[in-house]
Amino acid sequence: MTLRKSLRASIPDAIIYTVLIAAALAMLFPFVYVIAVSFTDPAVYVTGDVILFPKQWSLDSYRYILSSNSFLYSFRSTVFITIVGTVLNLAFSMTFAYALTKKQLPGRGIMLSLVLFTFLFGAGLVPNFLLIRELGLLDSLWSLILPGLTNAWSIFVLKSFIQGLPESLEEAALIDGCNELKVFYRIILPLSLPALAAFGLFFAVGQWNTYFSAVMYIQDADKWPLQVLLQQLMVSQSAIGSAEVRETLEHTLPEETVKMAALVVVMVPILAVYPFLQKYFAKGVLLGSVKG
Amino acid sequence: MGELKKEEKTIVTSSETTVRPGINDPRRQTGHLWKRVVKHKYIYLLALPSVIYFLVFKYAPMWGILLAFQDYSPFKGFLASEWVGFKHFETLFTHDMFWVLLRNTLGINLVNLIFFFPLPIVLALMLNEIKIEPVKRVIQSIVYLPHFLSMVIIVGFTYFFLSTDIGLVNKGLTAMGIEPVSFLTNPNYFWGLLTMQSIWKEVGWGTIIFLAAIAGVDQQLYEAAIVDGAGRFRRVWHITLPAIRSTIVILLIMRVGHMMDVGFEQVLLMLNPLVLPVGEVFDTYVYKQGILSGQTSYSIAVGLFKSIVGLVLVMLANRLAKKFGEEGLY
Repeated sequence: MTLRKSLRASIPDAIIYTVLIAAALAMLFPFVYVIAVSFTDPAVYVTGDVILFPKQWSLDSYRYILSSNSFLYSFRSTVFITIVGTVLNLAFSMTFAYALTKKQLPGRGIMLSLVLFTFLFGAGLVPNFLLIRELGLLDSLWSLILPGLTNAWSIFVLKSFIQGLPESLEEAALIDGCNELKVFYRIILPLSLPALAAFGLFFAVGQWNTYFSAVMYIQDADKWPLQVLLQQLMVSQSAIGSAEVRETLEHTLPEETVKMAALVVVMVPILAVYPFLQKYFAKGVLLGSVKG
Repeated sequence: MGELKKEEKTIVTSSETTVRPGINDPRRQTGHLWKRVVKHKYIYLLALPSVIYFLVFKYAPMWGILLAFQDYSPFKGFLASEWVGFKHFETLFTHDMFWVLLRNTLGINLVNLIFFFPLPIVLALMLNEIKIEPVKRVIQSIVYLPHFLSMVIIVGFTYFFLSTDIGLVNKGLTAMGIEPVSFLTNPNYFWGLLTMQSIWKEVGWGTIIFLAAIAGVDQQLYEAAIVDGAGRFRRVWHITLPAIRSTIVILLIMRVGHMMDVGFEQVLLMLNPLVLPVGEVFDTYVYKQGILSGQTSYSIAVGLFKSIVGLVLVMLANRLAKKFGEEGLY
């Protein structure tokens, strides 16, 4: 009887485990496949079957895409907009969020509505484009940084984070004669570091993934961020690697291994920071659901 | 009248410093206000950069909306361009394209709503049933991962699997002697393809909010249910699901509020001439007309129409959410 009972109890478990593990494998498979192919020796790949593990390892595809300056330039652009964009976003969002926690501040209501309205309504794609053009920012990497200096969501989340800090610390500092600027960088800023780290990481991933703005604003191929370069490589078969390197390779490179290697190169930094991102998941998402 | 003045006087004289103006005197209020402003001068300093940002990058472009009512020509400029009222809106509403755009936008959203929306809930309920912590954590780590990848990479994966030339699926089909299927260029598959991508990318991420809601359920309820002899399925049905019902309702309402929005980058990257009739949506149309073809005024009108309908939908959704006794999003 106990056997039957435990059997009955374990059937749903078996189903759940099977479904979830299958789902996880389905999620994982594309990564494994693409990484495997990108490392496969081109000659072996052409003959077929290399699905989960390369039979013959080779770095040819990587040597090829990294041989030209295109990847280097794009990498530089992307790193620039990621680092500068993230630092500036944190600075703008944090200072404004702190200001908005001051309930006694004259004009606070106006500033709050200023932010809130942008949450609901934006000027639209074409007016934004015209602005960037008028500002002379077309073909400048700043066009990928300045429009995202801060945003309603970051501000509201950081604001509710600051409001959650113990008020007594701030009051004590003010009584001790600290001015509000000092309170901000001596007390509020250090206490907010965990929130800022989480935010910075999430924002940095967004910057790293910048694609469409760059398509709109950047014509100069030397300034393209990685995502645009990758997309170009996906659609056009025009080679990006240098002809000399191509010569030195024993075989002509199949399109697939090159494309997959390019995708892996663009994806690896995200995979590298993923464990850190994970640490902040719950915090980030749940903070986001707190009303401003 | 005179009495009032008298009263004022008494107030003035009763206050310690006689220089302070009367209570109804605007000067008194500004004085007070000015004091508070000065007290917070550093706070304004901190707020200033962001205020400037919002004015320049969020509000200044709103002037551009006026161009929707002009026949704007970049050569004539804003001042010399002719005002044409609602001409561009009329063009849009009488254009066959309008119905195509509306159908595609709503269609893509509807397919997504039906096939994507319930999945994170199911996945969250299943994850919650896993009692072996390490297994749960590994599965969560895997299903959250695609959320952080760019759309270019997602579309790249799609291409590696489904294209007719290098797609793995088609290679498999060919090996089995079956004709390759043109997944990426067949209009019948387009909406489904977008939904599949969304599922792969976001289903795991979508569970987080439900898992948080489930974690908030009082464990005593489960214990009491077990004592009452409730089986596993009944516990999920009568305790877990009702506990996350309000989360589901709110997310559903908000989802419906965003029926005019589609994943713009996703659609743009997936579009090709063959799927254009089912794939062109308001956003991609605005981009092509406005940026690529230089139809500035017309494209701004189309964008404005979409934004306003979207705004109304979101506000209605928010009001509805509040009716359900929830806080709403703003």
